[in-house]
Amino acid sequence: MKDISLHIMDIVQNSIVAGADKISVDLKVQGDPQMLILEIQDNGKGMDEEFIREVTDPFKTSRTTRNVGLGIPLLVQSANMAGGGLKIKSEPGKGTDLQARFIVNHIDRIPLGDIPETIKMLIMANPNISWTIRFSSPNDDFELDTDELKQHLEGVSIANNNVLEWIQNTISGGIKLVYGGVLDEVN
Amino acid sequence: MKSIEELKAIRDKTLKEMSIRDNDDKVRIVVGMATCGIAAGAKSVMGAFIDELNKRNINNVSVSMTGCIGICRLEPVAEIFDANGEKTTYVKLDAEKARRIVAEHIVNQKLVTEFTVGAAER
Repeated sequence: MKDISLHIMDIVQNSIVAGADKISVDLKVQGDPQMLILEIQDNGKGMDEEFIREVTDPFKTSRTTRNVGLGIPLLVQSANMAGGGLKIKSEPGKGTDLQARFIVNHIDRIPLGDIPETIKMLIMANPNISWTIRFSSPNDDFELDTDELKQHLEGVSIANNNVLEWIQNTISGGIKLVYGGVLDEVN
Repeated sequence: MKSIEELKAIRDKTLKEMSIRDNDDKVRIVVGMATCGIAAGAKSVMGAFIDELNKRNINNVSVSMTGCIGICRLEPVAEIFDANGEKTTYVKLDAEKARRIVAEHIVNQKLVTEFTVGAAER
């Protein structure tokens, strides 16, 4: 995967297949050396210990169309390459918390990519899921919560094109506010 | 948050438009968005579908995503479900092909035979 937005798109599909109706995507820059932390939490059906152990193995998958799965192994690779790593906490019946860490200034750290577009597409395709998007850095914080937005929308769907465009622009603004001057790829 | 006011303005404008919009049967575009699809470029394909539909002001077509369709070697893949229930599977897509599919399949209701799974498997 060539950027973090593609990993988000991919990993979140696991949460959706696990039946989650609440998904949060957090991006944080913190620490010394500065780490970029991607955390995806869901309230899906979760995994038992054995499955968590096996989930980083490319030959483990819950899919039935074929019996290999590469989503998590590819994220492990991206994180390891940038001096970081991957942690998964999960409990059957409660949900899953996945955290990938990258050293910000590592030469092999993949860039953020088009996060606003990824989030827009995820909301568009899954309007009934409660999404929370959070960004933070020493600069600033940003949060977008679709349940909160829905309160303002009355009869208009959150998947309406004009609403989605607003969401995309608002997230773009959030990225600039929080990561401008912090991550090289954000001006 | 100041931009919440913008959102409310969008809501009010949309509510007005909704009442005058015709309720055609819905056409669905479903893009395969599993690891295989994403790695092959499914995100830019989905982006092109959305953008082209918006540009042409087409409102009766929904774009969504699904998991692995089972033909990873032909990704990116999109399925189009027409209003009459007919399904067409388009394969090995890119942004340019997605735009052509909107113009020819969605607007002119003519299959783009060369991009279909039938043509790819021949």
